[in-house]
Amino acid sequence: MDIFILQLINGLSLGSIYALVALGYSMVYGIVKLINFAHGDIIMVSCFTMYTAMEIAGLPLLVSIPLTLILTAVLGIIIEKLAYDRLISKGVERISLLITAIGVSIFLQSTFQLIFKADSLRYQAFLPSKTISLFGIEPSLKSVVTIIVSLVLMLALTLFVKLTKVGKAMRAASEDASAAKLMGINTSNVVAFTFAIGSLLAAVAGILYFESYPRIEPYMGGMLGLKAFVAAVIGGIGSIPGAMAGGLILGVAEAMTVSIGLSSYSDAVVFGILIIMLVLKPSGLFGKNIREKV
Amino acid sequence: MKRKILASILAGLVTISSLTACDNKSNSGDGDEIVIGAVGPHTKDLSVYGIPVKNGIEMAVKEINENGGINGKKIRLAIEDNQSSDSEVVNAYNKLKDTEKVVAIIGDVTSGNSSIVAARANADKIPMLTPSATDASVTQTGEYIFRACFTDPVQGEIVANYSVEKLGAKTAAVLYNADDSYSRGLFEGFKAAAEELNLEIIAEETYNNKAVDFNSQLTNIKNANPDILFVPVYAEDAALIVNQAKSVGVTSTLVGGDGWDGILSKMNGGEDALANSYFFSGFSTVSTDEKVQKFVSDYKAAYDSDPASFAALAYDATYMMAEAIKNAGSTDGAKIIEELKKLEYDGITGTTKFGEDRNPIKAIMVSSFEGANYKYIENYEVD
Repeated sequence: MDIFILQLINGLSLGSIYALVALGYSMVYGIVKLINFAHGDIIMVSCFTMYTAMEIAGLPLLVSIPLTLILTAVLGIIIEKLAYDRLISKGVERISLLITAIGVSIFLQSTFQLIFKADSLRYQAFLPSKTISLFGIEPSLKSVVTIIVSLVLMLALTLFVKLTKVGKAMRAASEDASAAKLMGINTSNVVAFTFAIGSLLAAVAGILYFESYPRIEPYMGGMLGLKAFVAAVIGGIGSIPGAMAGGLILGVAEAMTVSIGLSSYSDAVVFGILIIMLVLKPSGLFGKNIREKV
Repeated sequence: MKRKILASILAGLVTISSLTACDNKSNSGDGDEIVIGAVGPHTKDLSVYGIPVKNGIEMAVKEINENGGINGKKIRLAIEDNQSSDSEVVNAYNKLKDTEKVVAIIGDVTSGNSSIVAARANADKIPMLTPSATDASVTQTGEYIFRACFTDPVQGEIVANYSVEKLGAKTAAVLYNADDSYSRGLFEGFKAAAEELNLEIIAEETYNNKAVDFNSQLTNIKNANPDILFVPVYAEDAALIVNQAKSVGVTSTLVGGDGWDGILSKMNGGEDALANSYFFSGFSTVSTDEKVQKFVSDYKAAYDSDPASFAALAYDATYMMAEAIKNAGSTDGAKIIEELKKLEYDGITGTTKFGEDRNPIKAIMVSSFEGANYKYIENYEVD
């Protein structure tokens, strides 16, 4: 039993990182119907920013983390303004947006490979590698911290979207962007803000990810981003609770598959869940079934 | 007296020229140089292994030439880059054989490419000595193919023997990369030997290429609580695994193969996770051996980096080949391989001689860690 709970904690820890990244996919999709494939690479950028701040600039941890969060959020806005804004306001087809996103992804990966070379890098992790005693079991401290930080952030995000004015504007824009515009909401700013929050969450995910898996590479965002995207789709893309649930489900499924000795199949299980979901409920767990208007 | 020396030099020259004259297959014996080929990946993704090998070979050749060459002839090194590609390997080999007319080849570096070179070199009767290809099949190609490093299964066997004999292990767990032939090879050798030694393998966990999350596997291993955990993978992954093993609370002694070489540079602050870990390699920069220390400082001076075991094996391989050519007194392939078979060479990676299957028989170096440094433990040989 103990081992089952430990494996569950492993899965939830991995899953909460997926969930944080999935939120970025889902929120952006909810508002501008763009699948931002560059989102996974934001994690990579946040890790390299941490590396630069800690190892190259030699800044203390308490400066490096806020700096990384701010810079990554700003990067989200810059990407939105430079790459997507004009396309969104012109109302181009979704496929053009998608291809632009892939372009941004390749651009980020190649740029960082050019600057930092292809070899893996690392800075000094700040959480100690040890276990803690918790209700008679001994889970890894890093996993527990990852889960707690992610849950707090998800709760904060939910409250933010529900209670604040900007949150309301986001919900309005996600429901009907043109109607929201007519009601006097600056949707362009709302979109930029959504990118900033998504990137911020990705930056937190990146920092937590590095604590457990200390290795930074230019292409590290690829598979992580893809799995988070799958999590968003499973939860119902566009839905905030959906992204959280989807991420946790994937993480736990992956950890459980590995724990019964089928590590070679862990990716197959992840994508298998996606296929089953798309067949049974294409709109995802929390997705609304909206008919396309002709 | 003077005349006597002159006469013996003349006699020597005549002998050499007559030897080379009847040996019309290899033109490179003519003149005053012996051409040795070096082929390996010097660009693209495999260059992390190819460059140190090339450096090691160049260093050895430079030293041999400075000390008078082979029987008075200088070695000329013909270097070809296989660009980390299967098709370029063939071009590189053909160039060495046809244009450069090499006497012998040091290379290739990785197992896949070495198999390709081995098949051709064996057919063309050109002696080949690979410093670093660990797949057992490479030397099985034929009697012209030798290797300087341990094969994967043999290394696994040595680790199992050491774990039982010196670490007193009764139970073991293994975590290896199921996609990687090096990792599987070590595991299989370990498993076979463990059965003979009554070392019980109580947990067998795998992962796949590009995996970074090992928490689930390690949680299972922690639960099984073995005496030792064998992690036969390369340093990149090993660093992550060692870190996570500590995070989830694995207390077993961790042991790794020569893939762990360089792991300390990838721990960055997490070095304490390596306390109580051992790894095995053909070469250790912290060895107290004078030859090794000289090699390490020369290498640093020349290439501004610490030599990896790849460089050390290449350095020894080059000396062994030169020694065999010298002993053969000829550049004829058949004579060189006879000398290689007889050779017993005391180098920086231990005293090497070649067994029946042209694989090396030598001691392995056991290292551990002390803070952020490697610690040399001992040289170990399976009886």
